[in-house]
Amino acid sequence: MEPRDCILELREVSKDFPGVRALDQVNIQFERATVHAVVGENGAGKSTLMKILMGLYREYTGDVILCGRPLAHRGVRQALDAGISMIHQELMYVPHMSVAENLLLGQEPASRFLRRVDRRATHRQTKQLLQQVGMDLDPNRRMNNLSVAERQMVEIAKAVSYDARIIIMDEPTSALSQREVQRLLALIAELRSRGVTVIYISHKLEEVFEIADTITVLRDGRVIATHAKNEIDANRLIALMVGRELADVFPKRTYEPGADMLTVRNLTRQGVFRNVSFSVRQGEILGLAGLMGAGRTEVIRCLFGLDTYDEGQILVEGQEISIRSPAQALKLGLGLVSEDRQITGLVPCLSLGANITLSHMNRCSWGPVIARRKEQALVKRMAAALAIKSSSSAQRVGNLSGGNQQKVVLAKALLGEPEILILDEPTRGIDIGTKAEIYKLICRLADEGKAIIMVSSELPEILGLSDRVVVLSNGTVAGQLPREQASAEAIMHYAMARGTATD
Amino acid sequence: MPERNIASHMDRALQKYGLLIAFAVICLILSLLSPAFLTAQNGINVLRQISINAILAIGVTVVILTGGIDLSLGSVVAVTGVLAATLAHPGAYPLIVPIAAGILGGVLIGAVNGLVITRFRVAPFIVTLGMMTIARGGALILSKGRPVSNLSDAFNFIGNGSVWGVPVPVLILAGVFLVSHFVLRQTTFGRYVYAVGGNEEAARASGIGTHKIKIACYSICAGLAGLAGIVQASRITTGQPNAGISYELDAIAAVVIGGTSLSGGLGGVAGTILGALIIGTLNNGLDLLNVSSYYQQVIKGLIIIGAVILDRKKASQ
Repeated sequence: MEPRDCILELREVSKDFPGVRALDQVNIQFERATVHAVVGENGAGKSTLMKILMGLYREYTGDVILCGRPLAHRGVRQALDAGISMIHQELMYVPHMSVAENLLLGQEPASRFLRRVDRRATHRQTKQLLQQVGMDLDPNRRMNNLSVAERQMVEIAKAVSYDARIIIMDEPTSALSQREVQRLLALIAELRSRGVTVIYISHKLEEVFEIADTITVLRDGRVIATHAKNEIDANRLIALMVGRELADVFPKRTYEPGADMLTVRNLTRQGVFRNVSFSVRQGEILGLAGLMGAGRTEVIRCLFGLDTYDEGQILVEGQEISIRSPAQALKLGLGLVSEDRQITGLVPCLSLGANITLSHMNRCSWGPVIARRKEQALVKRMAAALAIKSSSSAQRVGNLSGGNQQKVVLAKALLGEPEILILDEPTRGIDIGTKAEIYKLICRLADEGKAIIMVSSELPEILGLSDRVVVLSNGTVAGQLPREQASAEAIMHYAMARGTATD
Repeated sequence: MPERNIASHMDRALQKYGLLIAFAVICLILSLLSPAFLTAQNGINVLRQISINAILAIGVTVVILTGGIDLSLGSVVAVTGVLAATLAHPGAYPLIVPIAAGILGGVLIGAVNGLVITRFRVAPFIVTLGMMTIARGGALILSKGRPVSNLSDAFNFIGNGSVWGVPVPVLILAGVFLVSHFVLRQTTFGRYVYAVGGNEEAARASGIGTHKIKIACYSICAGLAGLAGIVQASRITTGQPNAGISYELDAIAAVVIGGTSLSGGLGGVAGTILGALIIGTLNNGLDLLNVSSYYQQVIKGLIIIGAVILDRKKASQ
């Protein structure tokens, strides 16, 4: 490859964290005007690598060379000035500020002398940038009032706004629907034709094969291989990522449903969802499908007592109950793996072990006193069952990779041996190898007689696991499908039906 | 690569024991500068001098761990001191009455703080700031603006007596420290305190009654302030309505130097005790060296800032 085609190069880059070697002598060359995908399992080092490029981690060995000149970051500002911008996997935004304020943070149009912010220009530029990514949002809306998908699109618009030569996208589609994903992929193709290099990190191999020109595989912090797209196929790629061949991802199951465990009747929350009714039985996996913003997470938050509902009934094992708090839901035998692990799932400063036992400390305590050895044994068992990779159970959970964190949230929910398990996007941001493990686990739980409600925006997941599918659209139940009738087209057809929660 | 291992070992040791090392260094320097420093009598002096502040600091550590703060500590010391004193006249009530009244008075104030903070969702800073003034007013009302003197010998023993050569306040401090350390580290309640401070939303989703935990923490904090108020009143053998002014700042300084994060979820009472010791030892050493107390204040402030900077560096690793 000619030196002038190589826009960014990593030479022998290594990075250590306390207790773990995140990157081990990584060598990668990124070319101009290409989409270069970086794939790998949980904790393979992808996010770490990108944070180094972006100036978020300043301590590492090795060299980062931009257009032939070594790059010595002093911070994110330098990275931005050098022409590198990034969309983070864990969204970074200021929740109380508006869309416009977030999008143009650090590059607000301001008068030259007093640096007074020009509000009208800000508004105009924000609308333009949003339109570039196909979004039509009110720039004055507060970020924390948006849905996760909308926040992700704003983040994407922000990265594009820097007019960078290199845009790093870390799991950019994890919260997006099919429609929005296609929009993003089209945008990436357009950026490439403009000479931009896009570094694309994703677990979704269909997307990678659709958009990438070159694919690099990372495993355990090392580069395993770099191939052009046409030199490799999905199976070979998975084998390289995982280090072994993988059988079918979705396990086969025997579906023998038992009694009704949880029934929802005409559940309504003003302005959010209306007349939602469904039920889930023992030994059944109920998939909750729908577009972003359809109200699925809102419904299950009410089921778990995190939010209140205005009308309707919830019945557990035939008994009508009114769930007013998560503590009550837990006592009734419900368990929740929430959509946003950083907000509702984990306490980042506590250890891995402490997080796992947090919901059910009564299983490892004598009255008010913690029974350390019992706790250790429990944590060890759960961590082994879910294959959580970490140096010790005392490790701070905030230092784990995204996929491992998700496993911790799962372990926490399973510790209580719930009869009814609610999963909200259980494999978001997780690699294929771990996904397969989690699917196996979900099926095994269902075979053991648990009732499982699974919210997911990944159609392959819904289709592969659900015994029945309930499709929500705009806050109402648009349709219910048994497994035999569930297809991508049928689900999308219901998901895009008209009608609003305020009708 | 052996060199890397040594460096990273040292780094980790510094992170864990940095505070202890700093304390040891301070003691070393002071003992070289002043022969009177490293004596048993002086050591006991230091411990006695820091007792009241350390008890307050342990109490407010619990609140800070939940991500809150309590500015009313000094005023609680005053009002509970006055309350206890009015019940401690010779021959009036058995000793247990003023003690119980002082502590329970503190607990009540703390519960009110906690209730307003959780039910009405007002920032702890504001609520306890208001309570600071209210409690001070209460002390003045209870005492009718005059110091309450003529206290029983038994009561005065609390702040001035010694058992086997150890001053009673130091014994009380030791007890408070041991119990609070145990509760925070070894009980489910302690775990929940850290969870609420670390991520309140996740704690709530884990079935923890976050409101209850917070109210309990503010009650414990003010209850300990009540205990400190009793010791203080006993020390000067007077219920003084103007006692405790800016005690809360010294308490919070000890907590911060001790490494507990003001945003909650990180730290503990062991660090707080060390923080109080460092401040107290410095004060004591500088006194022995005849350094003016004005300079001492500047030095204390610099140490607080330095401690927070070090803490930030630790957190960003």
